[in-house]
Amino acid sequence: MIRDITIGQYYPVDSILHHLDPRVKLNGTLLFIISIFLFDTFYGYIAVTLFLLSIIKMSKVPFKFIVKGLKAIIIILLFTVFFNLFLTRGDILVQVGFLKISKQGLHSALFMGLRLIFLILGSSLMTFTTTPNQLTDGLEKLLWPLSYIKVPVHEIAMMMSIALRFIPILLEETDKIMKAQMARGADFESGGIIKRAKGLIPLLVPLFVSAFRRANDLAMAMEARCYRGGKGRTKMKPLHYKGRDGLAYVFLLVYFALVIVISIFENRLPTLL
Amino acid sequence: MIFLQIVFDNVSHVYSSGTTFEQHAIRNINLKIEQGEFIGLIGHTGSGKSTLIQHMNGLIKASSGNIYFNGENINDKNFVMRNLRSKVGLVFQYPEHQLFETTVFKDVSFGPKNLGLDKLEVDIRTYEALKMVGIGEDLFDASPFELSGGQKRRVAIAGILAMRPEVLILDEPTAGLDPLGRDEILNQVSKLQKETGVTVVLVTHSMEDVARYVDRILVMNQGRLVIDQETRKVFARYKELEEIHLAAPQVTYIMNALRDKGFSLKTDATTVEEARDEILKCIKRYM
Repeated sequence: MIRDITIGQYYPVDSILHHLDPRVKLNGTLLFIISIFLFDTFYGYIAVTLFLLSIIKMSKVPFKFIVKGLKAIIIILLFTVFFNLFLTRGDILVQVGFLKISKQGLHSALFMGLRLIFLILGSSLMTFTTTPNQLTDGLEKLLWPLSYIKVPVHEIAMMMSIALRFIPILLEETDKIMKAQMARGADFESGGIIKRAKGLIPLLVPLFVSAFRRANDLAMAMEARCYRGGKGRTKMKPLHYKGRDGLAYVFLLVYFALVIVISIFENRLPTLL
Repeated sequence: MIFLQIVFDNVSHVYSSGTTFEQHAIRNINLKIEQGEFIGLIGHTGSGKSTLIQHMNGLIKASSGNIYFNGENINDKNFVMRNLRSKVGLVFQYPEHQLFETTVFKDVSFGPKNLGLDKLEVDIRTYEALKMVGIGEDLFDASPFELSGGQKRRVAIAGILAMRPEVLILDEPTAGLDPLGRDEILNQVSKLQKETGVTVVLVTHSMEDVARYVDRILVMNQGRLVIDQETRKVFARYKELEEIHLAAPQVTYIMNALRDKGFSLKTDATTVEEARDEILKCIKRYM
């Protein structure tokens, strides 16, 4: 059951995207997220869709696998669409009882829904193609300037990588404890909300105990290796930009420029929706 | 009459089927377990042992093939999984990690309570189970988190025994214990098996552990069941075992080495005591 959650997972295949410097992917994701909020007409969405599809193609991650990640946000997505659809004032298209659908509502529901989907697809593509370690390495390097104003960048990155590293471990642990308690007749699936919440105690107590035990072990292991924080610490594999990273930046900037051009001129083009 | 308790008919299981993470955990397993047997399940890490035993109480569903418990197909729509779970008690690896209650007694009674028994019956079973694993009354009200490693594990095993299973499956019950703790647990399981006639499946990767106790050994390698034989016969095939990175008990090697040197003795001893008697017999013949 827990294995089915694909969002935020790393997908190990050999592709151009997997070999890019994590900093490119981080900056790219940021740029992508900004870009989907820049425009307001159909033309922009065509550009974004094309860009996203080509990136997905390049990543070699199966499309089905990526779409599975959307399952996690389906409720938020439905909420967004629902509220935008029924609660936007404007020219009424359909009316059923007190529910009104306006032209503007339809427009914003569709576009907000698409934006959310793009947001999730774009950012999960980053995690599919970047290992957590690369990700934190990239983040640490990108945020490094902040250390001059006393922001503990290394510590933040270390905490992040530990947190990320522990997600699969704790998921596995949850699965194991759940099974162990099910073997003792525990029932996690039926009953009302109170019964279910109570039923979680046999799962949560051992899980917390094990999380603390693991944290303790890790802290001890780090101390034993003389870890003292980031000062003077070097990397075994420092990040270096390569030729393909430059190309990727050019590609990104061209895309971003295109979106900006569209957002400036979109109002002069004939409306499609 | 022979009573077949668990039957595996061509059972396979695939994890994350259809993705790059796809993994064949067990392949085409055919297996018959009779009531009251004491079985050792041996294999290297990742050979599919844990997956196999989780099929036995329905925690994992077979990707293909059928499993029968007491003659009923457990994939049947009408089959009540809850009954299976109470009849096939599965003690996971490091079972002490599943303890959660405030006292030892309450923790052990979690299982029988889930069976929907009345309070008296729950208390009786809990008391019995704790006695069986050698936990004294002075510890009943202690927090399970205060106990020693070996005690915690025995409490966790009692948690399963309290459900009075017909089949008891133990996944590496001795992992991480010192030799004394290991012998204690295995002796108690063996005693329990003799007294109550419960079917026991003992999962381990150490031959040394099981040689003394089990009647029959199943050997898994890369998801397949490669050997299914009487204990002594399995150790006679120690060269095959080595090929899949398992070893026979040390006495097997000593006896075989002696025989290679020209001493005429039987090599099928499984414990140090048996080996000693056999060697003494042999020496007498020469004197």
